[in-house]
Amino acid sequence: MSATTLQMLLDELGYDEKTVGTALNQEFVRARDRAETPLREGDAVEIVTPRQGG
Amino acid sequence: MHNDTVTLYDVTLSSRLLLGTARYPSPAILAEAIRASGCEIVTVSLRREAGGARAGEAFWSLIRDVGVRVLPNTAGCRTAKEAIATAQMAREVFATDWIKLEVIGEEDTLQPDVFGLVDAARALSDDGFKVFPYTTDDLVVAEKLLDAGCRVLMPWAAPIGSGRGVNNAFALRALRAHFPDTPLIVDAGLGAPSHAALVMEMGYDAVLLNTAVSRAGDPVLMARAFALAIEAGRAGFRAQPMTPRDMAEPSTPIIGRPFDRLA
Repeated sequence: MSATTLQMLLDELGYDEKTVGTALNQEFVRARDRAETPLREGDAVEIVTPRQGG
Repeated sequence: MHNDTVTLYDVTLSSRLLLGTARYPSPAILAEAIRASGCEIVTVSLRREAGGARAGEAFWSLIRDVGVRVLPNTAGCRTAKEAIATAQMAREVFATDWIKLEVIGEEDTLQPDVFGLVDAARALSDDGFKVFPYTTDDLVVAEKLLDAGCRVLMPWAAPIGSGRGVNNAFALRALRAHFPDTPLIVDAGLGAPSHAALVMEMGYDAVLLNTAVSRAGDPVLMARAFALAIEAGRAGFRAQPMTPRDMAEPSTPIIGRPFDRLA
């Protein structure tokens, strides 16, 4: 991975930004803030999509 | 019956059944079960995408095609912090401020951590969410959830997925009596349509189901069966059942019966 922001990571992984939610180190990151959210060594990134649920 | 609606936050609904979308044999059966149930709300979730699959987008597309409102959950979250972050992601992804709030405290029973639940409910309510808390049947916890900003409560009948039906009828009746004006939805633990009819007869406003329908031999038929049971139970509640007695009382009039001995 060469991404230095959350948005770059999503682009690298090929996600459609409209259908994913993101969090960094257990804190929500809004879609509009992804491009300005830097990634650092050891960060815990969550990328989630809609799924069946009860 | 057609005017007998229920209002959850700002939304008025005709159906008193909320249906989960997990563990169906296929997406087609899920869609058919939703239609057969007549429900207007389904629960959904957020998960990490496994590998390169794009299953999430296909599922979301299916739900949008069916045209029902979604209630995202925070299933699997074990702390208030996890649940809050999940709710915030759900609000953005599903474009709704509704959230079914789950904070799980114990793995074997999936019993809510009611302390984390109240903390998360307060934070989310303050942030503009309309919180549907999955809780136990504890009266004091219910009070705290209302104080935290919840306007709907969702007590369990039995542990999630157990299909046991109502474990503590006394506690559920006490909740209903104590909060006559708060929409109360029984969430979790029901297995058979008769269980749903029972809680509706107690005066519960609605029922949330998943496993009882999705793991039935015929989920579509079971979805319909629950819809009928919920409608019957609700009608029974509104019709005000008779008071049980210890002794028999003849239903056929005594006066004028043949062979009666004349005094």
